[in-house]
Amino acid sequence: MSLEDHSTDAVLSVRDLSVSFATRQGVVRAVDGLSFDVGAKEVLGIVGESGSGKSVAMYSMLGLVRDANVSISGSVLFEGREILGLSDTDMQSVRGGEVGMIFQDPMTALTPVYTVGWQIVEQLRAHNEMTKKAAYQRAAELLAEVGIPDPKSRVNHYPHEFSGGMRQRVVIAMALSCNPKLLIADEPTTALDVTTQAQILELMGRLQATHGSSIVIITHDMGVIAEIAHRVVVMYAGRPAEIGPEIDVVRSARHPYTWGLLGAVPRADVKSRRLVTIPGNAVSPLEVPTGCAFAPRCQYRMDICEQRPPLRGAHDHLDACWLSDEQRLAIRSTATVRGVS
Amino acid sequence: MVSLGVLLFMVAVTLLAPVYAHDIAHSNPFASNLQGRIKIGGHYRSVMPANTQGLGLGVTPIGPTWHFSTYFLGADELGRDVFARILYGGRVTLLIGFSSGLICIAVATVLGMLAGYFGRATDWIISRLLDIVWAFPIYLLAISLSVILVTSGLDLGIIHIGAGSLLLPILIIASVYVPYVARPVRGIVFSLKERDFIQAAIASGASDWRILRKEIWPNVAPSVIVFFPLMVALNILTESALSILGIGVQPPQASWGTIINDGLQLLYTRPWVAIAPGICIVVVCVALNILGDGVRDAFDPRAKLRGSI
Amino acid sequence: MLRFTIKRLASAVLVMFTISVLVFLIFFATPGVNPAARIAGRSASPQVLANVAKEFGLNRPLPIRYGLMMYHLFIKQDLSSYVNIGDRIIPQITAAAPITLSLIFGAVVIWLLVGVSAGVIAAKNKGKFIDPLVMFFGIAAISIPVYWLGQMVLLVTQGGLHTSIFAWAPNGGYVSLTQSPWQWALHLLFPWLTLASLYAGIYARVLRGELINNMNEDYIRTARAKGLSERRILYRHALRCSMISIVSLFGLDVGVLVGGAALLTEVVFGLPGVGFLTYQGLQNLDLPLIMGCVMYGAFFVVLASAVVDVLYAYIDPRIRVVA
Repeated sequence: MSLEDHSTDAVLSVRDLSVSFATRQGVVRAVDGLSFDVGAKEVLGIVGESGSGKSVAMYSMLGLVRDANVSISGSVLFEGREILGLSDTDMQSVRGGEVGMIFQDPMTALTPVYTVGWQIVEQLRAHNEMTKKAAYQRAAELLAEVGIPDPKSRVNHYPHEFSGGMRQRVVIAMALSCNPKLLIADEPTTALDVTTQAQILELMGRLQATHGSSIVIITHDMGVIAEIAHRVVVMYAGRPAEIGPEIDVVRSARHPYTWGLLGAVPRADVKSRRLVTIPGNAVSPLEVPTGCAFAPRCQYRMDICEQRPPLRGAHDHLDACWLSDEQRLAIRSTATVRGVS
Repeated sequence: MVSLGVLLFMVAVTLLAPVYAHDIAHSNPFASNLQGRIKIGGHYRSVMPANTQGLGLGVTPIGPTWHFSTYFLGADELGRDVFARILYGGRVTLLIGFSSGLICIAVATVLGMLAGYFGRATDWIISRLLDIVWAFPIYLLAISLSVILVTSGLDLGIIHIGAGSLLLPILIIASVYVPYVARPVRGIVFSLKERDFIQAAIASGASDWRILRKEIWPNVAPSVIVFFPLMVALNILTESALSILGIGVQPPQASWGTIINDGLQLLYTRPWVAIAPGICIVVVCVALNILGDGVRDAFDPRAKLRGSI
Repeated sequence: MLRFTIKRLASAVLVMFTISVLVFLIFFATPGVNPAARIAGRSASPQVLANVAKEFGLNRPLPIRYGLMMYHLFIKQDLSSYVNIGDRIIPQITAAAPITLSLIFGAVVIWLLVGVSAGVIAAKNKGKFIDPLVMFFGIAAISIPVYWLGQMVLLVTQGGLHTSIFAWAPNGGYVSLTQSPWQWALHLLFPWLTLASLYAGIYARVLRGELINNMNEDYIRTARAKGLSERRILYRHALRCSMISIVSLFGLDVGVLVGGAALLTEVVFGLPGVGFLTYQGLQNLDLPLIMGCVMYGAFFVVLASAVVDVLYAYIDPRIRVVA
């Protein structure tokens, strides 16, 4: 896979996206050279620690970053159309109409003074010519689809009358209301308990199959990735560390950071004394090294890591690391890092 | 910061009032000066010259001379130097404003903290008390108290406060605004109580007094400090309203409010007597409000995080 | 909802009662103050003083005195001003009420229009030049003593410029609506503007603060993600949520004003409303009149406070569940 040119059949094709903020303490590069593709009906997971730039990347693509000190560069094609730099008015028809978004905290995601039906209808009528009656009907249908019982009467209920999990379902229904080609989910299950988490993920998977939309799911949890993603982008300090099919990345991860992330997942089937943690702390966005961003924390660092490694690899599985395949094999056979087989 | 400078300037200027009156203007702003004569530019002029216009009856005080050392803003109906009176009046107004602000906030903070922290019975009693004081429209409560107390003084056995004492307006204005500050403080303490670090302190066996002093107070202090400039401005405005109605500061004392009152008789002939103290009040209150806003913005950490996504 | 309303009204009645007791105590039981002299007003003859002592049971226990006072005030309604002998209090107040209401009505319209627009404009243009400009005017508006402002307005319209630009401006006074609507409005124009200025400043500042806070809430981000226009987001989402606190503020302000808190404005412009009546009572130390006016005023504040609480529950659906 070449990341030089845009992929022509991808729903979303991102090349060299960089987002930086001018702050009093200096320039903060929240996203630095991110490139990936999302195919049709595909679920792409973007995983990384807090502060890795994963949310900022997606928000900036859709013009949701309202800071006056931001500068965004790169190229983002949505269904072949460049959306970076679109005017706000043009962006408004893309948002909600062609790209749906789900956010992290369902408790505060909905306007408290309007019924959920009203809010779904608002989105429907913003992008489609519909009578109010038809829109309310569609809203009830959507609520049924996401598994809310008694949708016809619940349509007239206020957000505070729903539990957290139910509210997230409403948000999902709303995001899917205009049949978007792409759904972006920013940590959709982080604020929910484990059982509800599983339910929501399962719902998203089911809806994705029915509606045929692609999903970009942002998370810090490798477990979520393993559950639902087809492909993965691992981000560190605003840069892509590793990209590839989920199976490949999980089973034969290439980047030491990914090894750390995978090792940090508690596993019931493996007897362990302690959870593996990645030594050190996440790098401050003001002090990202010029070379490999992960080098300061990497136990395999070499001299060449002073230079920033390019994102490259075979087939579909890319990584940004100077380690050669032989070196990786050697590490795997001797290391006691868990989760890497 | 400009506003702080303005405020300090006003305070300094008013404190220097006696200096001005004695050394520069050589006038006594509290004694009538109906027969006086002043020297301007080499000529002597009467402070209360006879009317030449209209029916030619009576006298009209001299208007602003715009000479810094004599009757800068003219005379009032008793021949007194208005500018000097404004300087003296400023001391009274500012004194009342700051001290009643201080008392109000002190009392309100204590009440709010007690009600919020101890809850239940203590809270019920204090809240009902606050409700009652608050339900009384501010002006009406201040007016009611002032009417009775100011004209005849307070005589409660051990406590004697004379009718003309400044303490009366100070206390009345302070007490009237206590609920305004106490309610928010109580609310803050309520939500603080639920926070983990308070629970931890209680669990570790700290005494109530210690918790109030070391944990609650530092978290309440910023909000209280923000209130202070605003309360002073509010109190100054209330004092001037009461003085205009005759139930605030009593003669022989003067405040900006009383000077405005004096100036109303002369409004169309010598408007500066009423205009000048009003402008002083506006300037001080604007400065206080801007200062209050600045303090609030400085203390509110959330304000800095605004605006990105 | 109904239970909540009833409970709220019951508290209001309790507070009213307490206020009446408080007023009574202040005026008639403050130690060191002679009640008979107070009721009789200044320069009363010994005969009048004796009558007063008898009628108000000043030699009898406090609760009886309280009861008698309330009786005279409300039920027999024959409590009359001892200074203007024979002028009954209650009818005076009811005659003055419509004038106060006229003043408040116009001022409310103006201050809501100006205050809300200013607040929205300032919030929309946050950080740009017009924002601090509007806010400065807001601060100035709340720093000006209303009474003084009224005097300045009169000075301008009735003073030197009266012959030229402001010849049409009347010199205070009130013309009833039924007599001449045009004159009614003309006479009230400057009083409206003067009274409205203070509140417009307050509301502009409060609304700006609320709007800016609400624009940073998560649900605004959701609304943007839905593809709604910024305009719709500001007015339909942020403003709607900000109005909640404005409504409660508004209810209390109107309540206080109806009760006669605009007395300074009424006095300056010579409008014989309830505030003016209170002022006259103060000038003459006419205690029965003052008491009547204070009770009247307190009643409206308490009522407004209760109405606002009920309305609040109606507007903010989250409160309804709790109530």
